[in-house]
Amino acid sequence: MTVDTQEKKIIEDPGIDQGAAKLTPEKIAQVINTTLGTENLARLYAYTKTCVHCGLCSDACHYFLSHDRDPKYSPVGKIKNTLWPMIKNKGKVSVEFMKEAARIAHTECNLCRRCVQYCPFGIDTAFMISTVRRIVHKLALTPQYIQDTAHSHAATMNQMWVKEDEWIDALMWQEDEARDEFPDFRIPLDKEGSDVYYSVIGPEPKFRTQLIYQAAAIFHEAGVDFTMPSGTGWDNSDMCMFTGDFEMMGRLKRDHYESAMKLKVNKIVMGECGHAYRSVYDMGNRWLGWREMPVPIIHSIQYFYELLMAGKIKVASTIDKLATFHDPCNTVRGMGLHEMGRAVAKAFVPNMVEMYPNREHNYCCAAGGGVINCGPPHKMTRVHGNKIKAEQLKATGAELIVAPCHNCHGGLEDIVHHYKLDMEIKFLGDIIYEHMVKTKAVEE
Amino acid sequence: MQPATAWDWSPGKKDIWDLSKHSREAQWHEELYASPDGEKTASIAKYGDEGFGICVNGQAQERLFEKIWNLRFAPDGRLTAIVQEEMDWSVLVDDEVWPEEYAFVWGVQFSQTGGTIAASIQQDGEYGMVVNGEAWPTLYQNANNFVLAKDGSATAAVVQVKNIPQADIWTYKEGCFSVAIDGNAWDTSFMNCWTPVFDAEAKRVACQVRHTLYDYSIVVDGQAWSSTFPSVWDPCFNPATGAVAAPVRMAGKWGMAQDNELIWDAKFFNCWNQQFSADGKNLWAIVAPKFGRWTLAVNGQVWGKTFGTMVTDMTVAPDGKHAAAVGKEGDKYAIIANDTIWVGWYDMVWKPVFSSDSHNVAAKVKRAGDRYTVVINGQVHNEDFDQCWDPVFSPEGTKVMLRVVKDGKYSRIVIPVPSSHH
Ligand code: SF4
Ligand code: SF4
Repeated sequence: MTVDTQEKKIIEDPGIDQGAAKLTPEKIAQVINTTLGTENLARLYAYTKTCVHCGLCSDACHYFLSHDRDPKYSPVGKIKNTLWPMIKNKGKVSVEFMKEAARIAHTECNLCRRCVQYCPFGIDTAFMISTVRRIVHKLALTPQYIQDTAHSHAATMNQMWVKEDEWIDALMWQEDEARDEFPDFRIPLDKEGSDVYYSVIGPEPKFRTQLIYQAAAIFHEAGVDFTMPSGTGWDNSDMCMFTGDFEMMGRLKRDHYESAMKLKVNKIVMGECGHAYRSVYDMGNRWLGWREMPVPIIHSIQYFYELLMAGKIKVASTIDKLATFHDPCNTVRGMGLHEMGRAVAKAFVPNMVEMYPNREHNYCCAAGGGVINCGPPHKMTRVHGNKIKAEQLKATGAELIVAPCHNCHGGLEDIVHHYKLDMEIKFLGDIIYEHMVKTKAVEE
Repeated sequence: MQPATAWDWSPGKKDIWDLSKHSREAQWHEELYASPDGEKTASIAKYGDEGFGICVNGQAQERLFEKIWNLRFAPDGRLTAIVQEEMDWSVLVDDEVWPEEYAFVWGVQFSQTGGTIAASIQQDGEYGMVVNGEAWPTLYQNANNFVLAKDGSATAAVVQVKNIPQADIWTYKEGCFSVAIDGNAWDTSFMNCWTPVFDAEAKRVACQVRHTLYDYSIVVDGQAWSSTFPSVWDPCFNPATGAVAAPVRMAGKWGMAQDNELIWDAKFFNCWNQQFSADGKNLWAIVAPKFGRWTLAVNGQVWGKTFGTMVTDMTVAPDGKHAAAVGKEGDKYAIIANDTIWVGWYDMVWKPVFSSDSHNVAAKVKRAGDRYTVVINGQVHNEDFDQCWDPVFSPEGTKVMLRVVKDGKYSRIVIPVPSSHH
């Protein structure tokens, strides 16, 4: 049981609490010392020896700014309350300490890497928090809901317990629906040698099938030679990366890349997800020994931009609303796609206003890094931890937020609702599909 | 279809049909495939609201379905597809639909000769397999990793044997998954099971398991190896001795274990897709001897030539002494055979194919964006095509059949094998 400082109420997470009930100080020390002694030792050592406790990273963190600059929410404060005591005490920390460390690492840091940019030494706090999560994983203290997601990944190779037939059925259903609009519409399954393999995340076939419809409609209109796999590998997401189960992360990325290799495609285009991008270009591929991506992966932001610039998708109408663009951490700080995202959004919503700060300095949605996947018990932690985002959004006066990331949508929806912002949130795919020229559609 | 020895191996080009000529006008054609002997191509045709039909060499078959997908020729030349009628699904084999229908059918597999056809099924929310039209006697609440033995005599899949209430991470950890062979699950269950595989006689099954979140191992016929590892990859059987080999991770590197003993030191950044030669004497695998460098290894000996981006599609020659694979450097692909990287980089290379005497290797390649041809023993064929399928060696290995589409015509071309470079 842990305490939410904002609400002053106890947050129970059976994943943490029941895991802790089985722990002994000896087990904790053994796991901490083995993990710290064998994994990324040099990097961690360099960071802990280099940090001068200057606190310059504090103002970078939305949790710190949203909690009246309470130092325990600063990046360095979170390390001080998790990793440092583990190192200093050579693993001799209490069960209560580990429960708190699990809660901090999983629900008070989005691994957004904003703070890294503000540390004069480039210390990667997100990497250190990720190491804490790795220890938490090895001690079986991972919050219940995200652990369930990791279990789904392991059992089904997707994060939503989607069964093999359900996946294919969802694609066929969307194909069927879309034929009312585009009579010769297809979602080609397992089409070997296609230019593009389109991959999505688990929730799309489960709850957001319209996103598959829209993306396929855009490809159809643009004349893209694409395919989707009928077997596993279609889910590019990776919550195991965030629970610190790196072995499972590697297994998922192998499945994803091998399904594309089998189909001999030129490239993978992935849907509007941020964390999945990080898992394929940085974390998962490298765990497997691939220095780069064995099959190039292009994020939808970039792909839509390329289609638009090449004139393959054209603007039919624009949205007459004041809009703002939310920069997802993993596509912006991770891959620098901020200008491409803006260019696509602006083509359809000319009246755009910037949030401040923006681009690589933008605040995280507070859902990323697996925090939203920790489920309902921790919802208010992230909502209260992102008051600054609400203020940032409100200051724009915009009615529409364009956010090209699933987690960002989830996080921003909760913020918009809680802080009563009355803003609509859309994916790039939504605005393109709704406002592009549809030369292949039936006349209405 | 005749055996390969009776196919037409006389050198020359035979135009089979003009792709624009169909006995019935269709809205569109999809999934064009060539038969193993190259004499036929088949496609799925959409006939407006009437539904989907199959077309062979432009000749429309009469029977139409609500939906058809996964059109494939079996190795014995029979034409198969997954078909839907009145919302239920079944498998079409040549002109006949298997009599039983299911709520969903996918994942059609063939035995090596094509004599057995199997598929994955879902009926009333339960999962299993159907083999030559007969479903497993027991279906499960979930199943995946479906496999048909090479000789077609058995099937297996990972099955869920215990219900997991929503977000119940504790029941999951008790072990809810097992392997079912022909529908009968092992008595033992595990937290996870992956990639079951049969031995040469289809009598034994090995798979990867995870006992806990941290302990992976290999299980053979329901019995786990005594050792556990931080991770493992797909096991395989030695066809001669019945031993089971699997890559295992130890202290952050990968090695190869056989029957619970380490046989290749754990010194690789990765090691996977291992395969025994038919005589069981050589064990081949794709390995990363350094971070970001990939090649092949045989019996633990690493080839000298490496690729920076990846190596995939390893093929072991029938004699077991030679192997070939596809390597990638940057965005270009090449063929590596017997530790020699062939001259020529392509936009894509398909899995290499060996002749039965193991002396010749060929592969389909793509270049100049969307032109296809084949490379045989390091020599590029002198003509490009709009489309082509994997090359096929004649049984004695002196000729190669190309199945190609060019200028709107499907043709079958037989050429002599150019002399070997290796
Ligand atoms: S949430 Fe972002 S800014 Fe805050 S500590 Fe974590 S990585 Fe740093
Ligand atoms: S800015 Fe860098 S050096 Fe200063 S407290 Fe933060 S992590 Fe340490």
